[in-house]
Amino acid sequence: MTMTIHVDIVSAETELYSGVAEMVFVPGKMGELGIAPRHTPLVTTLKPGLVRLELPENKEESFFVSGGILEIQPHVVTILSDSAARTEDMDEAAVLKAKEEAEHAFENRGDDIDFEHVQQQMVEARAKYEALQKLRGR
Amino acid sequence: MASAKEVRTKIASIKNTQKITKAMEMVAASKMRKVQERMKAARPYAAKMRNVIAHMGNASPEYKHSYLGERDEVKRIGIIIVSSDRGLCGGLNSNLFRETISHMKQWKDKDIDIDMCLIGTKAVSFFTRVGGSIVGQATHIGDKPAIDELIGTVKIMLDSFNEEKIDQLYLISNKFINSMTQEPTAEQLLPVQASDEEELKHHWDYIYEPDAKEVVDHLLTRFIESLVYQGVIENIACEQAARMIAMKSASDNAGTLIDDLQLVYNKARQAAITQELSEIVSGAAAV
Repeated sequence: MTMTIHVDIVSAETELYSGVAEMVFVPGKMGELGIAPRHTPLVTTLKPGLVRLELPENKEESFFVSGGILEIQPHVVTILSDSAARTEDMDEAAVLKAKEEAEHAFENRGDDIDFEHVQQQMVEARAKYEALQKLRGR
Repeated sequence: MASAKEVRTKIASIKNTQKITKAMEMVAASKMRKVQERMKAARPYAAKMRNVIAHMGNASPEYKHSYLGERDEVKRIGIIIVSSDRGLCGGLNSNLFRETISHMKQWKDKDIDIDMCLIGTKAVSFFTRVGGSIVGQATHIGDKPAIDELIGTVKIMLDSFNEEKIDQLYLISNKFINSMTQEPTAEQLLPVQASDEEELKHHWDYIYEPDAKEVVDHLLTRFIESLVYQGVIENIACEQAARMIAMKSASDNAGTLIDDLQLVYNKARQAAITQELSEIVSGAAAV
């Protein structure tokens, strides 16, 4: 039997996933992290992007997170995301539209708006779209 | 004895009141289901966050955040009080305020000053009357509070904790036990209390990316925000539950009142008929 690690993915609104995985890939602030069981304890913040789980029996699940915090204990991985979605539930057209709107809002920004907020939204929307593209492309 | 007409208007007006309370009861019941779900959905996040923080409290980091260590002397504390925006929810808010006042008295006896942050109009109106130093308030948060509406009040408290103006931070809100019972509780937010898991007692630390300070600051701020958010969500669930119960008993009371008045009305009506009859009979006899 292969070794597994327990994974919990929660967002502020709901619990998305709780179960075991053989390998976990997350978009860390400093770059993508691959987490195998018995990883050393680590804490990092997350970038918007794709969280991929390799489950036993060659299954896979993936989630989109818009940022958050990752904690690794040797046998438990906890992802506290600001908001997250199962990629299967994501609608490609809606994501593309959101991305275009965010880019549009960013390009046509006036002086009176919150620059950081708009930029953050655009980055998030882009990451979401790219994550989805990557997944569909495979 | 009241005339039949007077009683009839009284009955009609109580019936109107009953209609309103019934409607409010049903609205509260349906809202309660929704907010209860929201509350349950938000729980895992807070619980997981608590785990992580507890682990962190037990780790031996190179960077010790001020939120994690107890201060030697407690001179001034901050409390965040979460109440509802609207009334007509039974004793929910008054119970909470009574609990708060008794806590405040204990602190006062120990010569500790108190700064208050108030969430909800009821708390604002109560504590402006009572007096005390109010440093922040948030009202009209609605049923679906956005986290950024609450962050302002939380930030005031966190800042004054960082500047060592306050040495402890408490959250006082109603805990939702079930739809019949809500309990006002005071919970210590800062300094964060570590868990007592035995196996973690040896010396270890996390790897931090990008660096310890940034991650820990981010995490702890999120943690406090999520606790306050959870408190507010739970308080909303409590409010709806308490309102449902209060309105249910109001409707029931209106029902008994109407039954009683109905008897009075029947009596008055009969008396009037009897009187009229006897008047006619005696009038006929006189002719």
